[in-house]
Amino acid sequence: MRTLLILLCVLPLAPAALALVAPVRVVQAATALLGAASFVMALILVPRVTRGSIAIGFLRADALSVVFLLAVSFLYATVSLYTIGYLRESEHTEGFPRYARRFYVGLNLFAAAMLWAPLVDGLALLWIAIEITTVVSALLVAIENTDTAAEAAWKYLLMASAGLGIALLATIFLYYAGSTALGQSYDLAFTPLLQAGARLPHTAVRLAFVLAVLGYGTKVGLVPVHTWLPDAHSEAPTPISAMLSGALLATSFYAILRYYQVAGATLGSTFPRGVLLVFGVASLLLAALYVLDQQDLKRLLAYSSVEHMGILALGVAFGAPIALAGVLLHVLAHAAAKGNAFMGAGVFVRAFGTKQISTMRGGLDRLPLSAPLFLCAILALSAMPPFGLFRSEFEIVEGGLGAGSYAGAAILVVLVTLAFLGLALAATRMVLTPGRAAMGAARLRGPEPSGWMVAPAVIGLAALVLLGIHPPGDLTALLTHGAALLGGGS
Amino acid sequence: MLSVDAAAVGTAPVLLAAAPGAAPPPGVYAGAASAIAVLVLLVEFGMLRAPLLRTQVRLYALQSLLVATLAVVVAAARGIPELYALAGLSLVLKVLIVPGLVLRLLRDADAEIAGSGALGVASTVLVGIGAAAFAAFSFGALDISSVVLPKTALALSAAVVLVSFVLMIVRGDVVSQAVGFFSLENGVSLASLVVAAGMPLILEVAFLFDLLVAVMVFGVLMRVHHARSGGLTTAQLTRLRG
Repeated sequence: MRTLLILLCVLPLAPAALALVAPVRVVQAATALLGAASFVMALILVPRVTRGSIAIGFLRADALSVVFLLAVSFLYATVSLYTIGYLRESEHTEGFPRYARRFYVGLNLFAAAMLWAPLVDGLALLWIAIEITTVVSALLVAIENTDTAAEAAWKYLLMASAGLGIALLATIFLYYAGSTALGQSYDLAFTPLLQAGARLPHTAVRLAFVLAVLGYGTKVGLVPVHTWLPDAHSEAPTPISAMLSGALLATSFYAILRYYQVAGATLGSTFPRGVLLVFGVASLLLAALYVLDQQDLKRLLAYSSVEHMGILALGVAFGAPIALAGVLLHVLAHAAAKGNAFMGAGVFVRAFGTKQISTMRGGLDRLPLSAPLFLCAILALSAMPPFGLFRSEFEIVEGGLGAGSYAGAAILVVLVTLAFLGLALAATRMVLTPGRAAMGAARLRGPEPSGWMVAPAVIGLAALVLLGIHPPGDLTALLTHGAALLGGGS
Repeated sequence: MLSVDAAAVGTAPVLLAAAPGAAPPPGVYAGAASAIAVLVLLVEFGMLRAPLLRTQVRLYALQSLLVATLAVVVAAARGIPELYALAGLSLVLKVLIVPGLVLRLLRDADAEIAGSGALGVASTVLVGIGAAAFAAFSFGALDISSVVLPKTALALSAAVVLVSFVLMIVRGDVVSQAVGFFSLENGVSLASLVVAAGMPLILEVAFLFDLLVAVMVFGVLMRVHHARSGGLTTAQLTRLRG
C-alpha cells in the first residue's frame, strides 16, 4: 500500500520526461495509460484508508486526501484521452511537435503536482505542491500564445502568487502556533498538529485560518478573490480548463479543509464555519448572477465553478456530518460533471469556431453525440437527478436544515436555482434551437470532430450516474470517514 | 518598542511618544533588529515611489539584503545555525539571481519608466502610509509574542506585505507588479524570522526553491507579454471582462 503512494507521486513524471524525447503518439499513449493507472491506484487506496491513514516518509493518505486523489486522477485519466482528439486537428500545422511537447510536459507535471498536494503530509509541503500547480498551470494557460491568453496568464499568475503569499503567511503563523506546543523542530505534519490542537494558542490559529481561507481561496476561486478564474478558464486550452476547474480548484479547497481541521481542533467549529459561510454565500451569489447573463461559453462554465466552490464552502459551514459527506461527494461529482461540461464545450467551440453562446445554434443537428452529452453535463451541474450532484447538494441542504441553518439552506437553494436558470437557458438554446443552416434545405449534420473527444464524456456521464443512483459501498464508507475527520479532528 | 512603531509608520510620532505606560527601552539586539525591520519597510516605500524600473529592482535587491542581514543577526544572537544557511541562500537567490534576471529582461525590453498607475506618486505614498499604519497597529495589537525577535518586527513585516499589495495594485507595468510580489515574499520572510525562526531548514529551502521557480515563470510570462504587446505596460490588459 505504501509503495502505491510513492508510485502515485512519481509515475506521472514519466510521461512528462518522455514528452521531451519521444514522438507525440507514444507520449499520448503513455499519458493516457498513466492517467488510468493513477485512477486505479487511487481506487485501490479507497478501502484501505477507511480503516485508518497510511504514511511513508513525507507522504500520507487518509480518507480526506483519497477523495481528492480520486477527483484529480479521474480527470487526469479522462482529459488525457480527450487531449488526443483535441490535438489531432492541429497535428499538421507548423510548430506542432514543439507545441505538443510543451503541452504534454505541462499537462503531466500539472497532474503530478495536483496528486502531490493531497498526498504530502504537512501544511508546508502542501503549500509547496499548490505553488507548483500554480506555476505549471500559468504556463499552460499562456501556451496558446494569443493576446488574450497572455493577459489571462499574467493575471492568473499575479493573483494566485499573491494569494499564495498570504497562504505562506498562514503556514508560518500555524507553524508558530504549533511550535508553542510541539517545540521548534517539527514540520507541520498533520497528525501531531491535530493531536496538539487543543493546546495551540487561539489568536495565531484564528489568524492562520483566515489568512489560509483568503490565500488558498484565491486559487479556489472564492469571491472576492476569484477574478483571475473566468479569464484563465476561458483562455486556456480546453483540456487544461477541465483540469483547472474540476481538479485544481478542488485541490486548493483541500488545503482549506486541512486548515479547517486544525482550526476546528483548536477553536471549535463555530469560528471557522462562520468564515466559510461568508465566503460561500458571497461566491454563490455573485456567480449565480454572472451565470444568468453570460455570453462566452467557457466563462459561463467558469462562473459555474465559482458557484460550486461556494456550495462547498457553504456545505462545510453547515458542519453537520451529512453535509460534510455531501461536500466530499460534491467534490467528486463536480470533477466529473465540470470535466464533461468543459470537454463538451471544447467540441462546440471547435465545431462552431466561436465561444459566443449566441452564435451557437442547432447543436443537436451538428453534433449528434456531443450535444446531448453536453446537455447532460449541464443538467448534472444544475443538480438534476439522477446525477451525482443531485445527491450531494441534497445532502448538503439536508445537513443545513438539520443543523438549524435554515437561512443558509434557503439561500443555497434559491441561488442554485438561479444558476440553473442561466445554465439551462444557455445550454438548451445551443443544443435544441435549430440553427440557420438547419432551417434551410441542407441540414448540417456531423461529423463529430473526433471520437477521442466523445469517449471521455461517456465515461464521465457513467460516473455521474453511478454517483447519483448507487454510490458503491466502499465509496460511501470513504465519504463518511472523511466527513468524520472533518467533523471532530482525527 | 513603541517609538520604533512610530518610526515605521511615520505619521504620528508625537502621539505615540506620549503614550503612557511604555515598556522599558529595548536592548541593543532588539533595537538593531527593529531598526533593520524599519529599513525593510522604508525600502518598500522607496519602491513605491521609484520612477525608474531599474531603481525598483535595485531597491528590491537592497531589501532582500536587509532581510538576509537580519537573518544573520538572529542566527548569531540567538544561536540558530540553520539561519546562516538560509541567509546565504537567500543572498544568492534574492540579491543576485532574481534582480539579475529582471535587470536582463529590462535591458532586452528597452523600457525605463515604470507604467503610471491609477494614482499619482503622492497619493500612492499616502495610501501606502495608511496601509502600513493599519497593518502595523493591527498586528502589533495581536496576542502573538516571540522569543527570537521583538514584536515590532512582526508588525513591520505585516506593513511590508500590505504596502507591497499597494505597489502591485497601483503600478501599471508587469515589472513593478512582479517586483511587488517578490517584495511581498520579503515581507513574509521577515515575518517568518520573527515567528518561525526555528522552522526546519528543509522547509525553508523548499520555499526558496519554489520562489525561484515562480520567478522563472514570472520571467517567462513577462517576456511573453513584452513580445505580444511590445511594451511592459499593463494598460491594454482589459480585453477579458464580464
